[in-house]
Amino acid sequence: MHNEIDSLYRNDFRRLFATVVRLVGDFDLAEDSLHEAFEAALQRWPNEGMPDNPRAWLVSTARFKAIDRLRRSQRIDLGADEFIEQVEDELAYAPDLQYERDQEIADDRLRLIFTCCHPALAREVQVALTLREVCGLTTEDIASAFLLQPATLAQRLVRGKAKIRAAGIPFEVPDAAHLPERLDAVLAVVYLVFNEGYHASSGATLTRTDLAEEAIRLARLLLELLPDPEVKGLLALMLLHESRRATRTDANGELVLLEHQDRSRWDPALIAEGKALLEDALSAHEVGSYTLQAAIAAAHAEAPSHEATDWRRIVALYQLLLRANPSPVVELNRAIAVAMCEGPQAGLTLVNDLLDRGELQHYHMAHAAQADLHRRLGNIEAAKAAYLRALALVRQEPQQRFLMMRLAALEKHAKTT
Amino acid sequence: MRYMLLIYTDENVWAEGEREACMEESRQLCHTLNKEGSFIAAAPLHPVATATSIRVRQGQTLITDGPFAETHEQLGGYYLIDVPDLDAAIAIAGRIPGARKGTVEIRPVIELPDMP
Repeated sequence: MHNEIDSLYRNDFRRLFATVVRLVGDFDLAEDSLHEAFEAALQRWPNEGMPDNPRAWLVSTARFKAIDRLRRSQRIDLGADEFIEQVEDELAYAPDLQYERDQEIADDRLRLIFTCCHPALAREVQVALTLREVCGLTTEDIASAFLLQPATLAQRLVRGKAKIRAAGIPFEVPDAAHLPERLDAVLAVVYLVFNEGYHASSGATLTRTDLAEEAIRLARLLLELLPDPEVKGLLALMLLHESRRATRTDANGELVLLEHQDRSRWDPALIAEGKALLEDALSAHEVGSYTLQAAIAAAHAEAPSHEATDWRRIVALYQLLLRANPSPVVELNRAIAVAMCEGPQAGLTLVNDLLDRGELQHYHMAHAAQADLHRRLGNIEAAKAAYLRALALVRQEPQQRFLMMRLAALEKHAKTT
Repeated sequence: MRYMLLIYTDENVWAEGEREACMEESRQLCHTLNKEGSFIAAAPLHPVATATSIRVRQGQTLITDGPFAETHEQLGGYYLIDVPDLDAAIAIAGRIPGARKGTVEIRPVIELPDMP
């Protein structure tokens, strides 16, 4: 019996939690009450036997525990009376509500995701709440993944939950009219978590696997709940990136550029799954920006080597991406692809224009790209100057070491010639 | 839930006649909200040049000319509405003509018991 309860706790806690949140309308109350319901199960099920519907039993027990807690609490909680009345009314009319219905539980999880990613919450709060409440990571784990103090992260969670409650952020899947923009916010959170895992923005190590895996798990859950083409596109994008993980760093933890990665070690299963999802997403009426980025990642995955990559297709895809989602970073990537098909001078002209416009002045990758193009053109002094500018901006150690290596190689080259 | 929608705009951005057109549009919006059952109150405010600020310190009432804070955008009007949740309040805020010129800040209202 203990094993069965353990497995329910491990596999279903977050699912049931979403339902309890909807019923009691408060994250902390839901969490505490559901824990109490599991404690009650541990006490009662071994003697009385497991109820016919253990999940429904846990949900309704958690609901009663929530009422008890509200009654016991001496604090003046406006609206608590109303809540107790409402719950009692519901129970009186429908004592055997079936909460275990899969669709209903799935809907509750989706509601919870949209609540945690509501645009009225700051992005960093959305990320913290989603990882804590939807994925069930601990505060300590999230804090260490983002290189934050646990107290800082805890404060974000408290701030988020307080705003959800006080501002009346609904526990609802948005209606069709608002779904696309609200889904964008959810996808942005998932992709941010992935990127933090994949390209850790600062710190000593290059990748933080747990966050990338968590983002993929979250996207899979989202896809199960809401089979939207852009969800497929985002999951495809992440899987295609993830397929290269093992080859992105060498044995010493140093950065390995795409052109030098050992393509035979790219994960074929992840590539196949990513490409299948991509195909599905591309057949949709409208193709979104995650799907376009996945298509670019797929073009790399399909190429036998860096040189034999279909760079024209990649330039064309960046062009489409720029139309869907104009951004200087996308322009920079397009310029790098242009350099691959039309030569470094064509790419350098574009990168110089971009830097002159000023938006990427503080982005180390723009200076690193400029340096690399100068290097390929044999402009050693200009390349060195650009590497130095990139080095002054980069915060991540492996990237720093990579740029320093490139710079050292140039200096050696200058001495020998 | 009750929400206060505070409309902040730069008072100098209004062209001739634009302010009147905006007030007329607002008036119609109030009637629509009233039919939908979400209207409690709303009003435009006179410009901040007419504002007077009061502070009581050590029993002394200090009166100064001007608004609480000199800011680029000033409080120019408000709506008090009663709707089910923040999404409904956001939808109404988006219909306020001032949102196209300035910013509408949504604040949930604390409903105290035993009020007159």
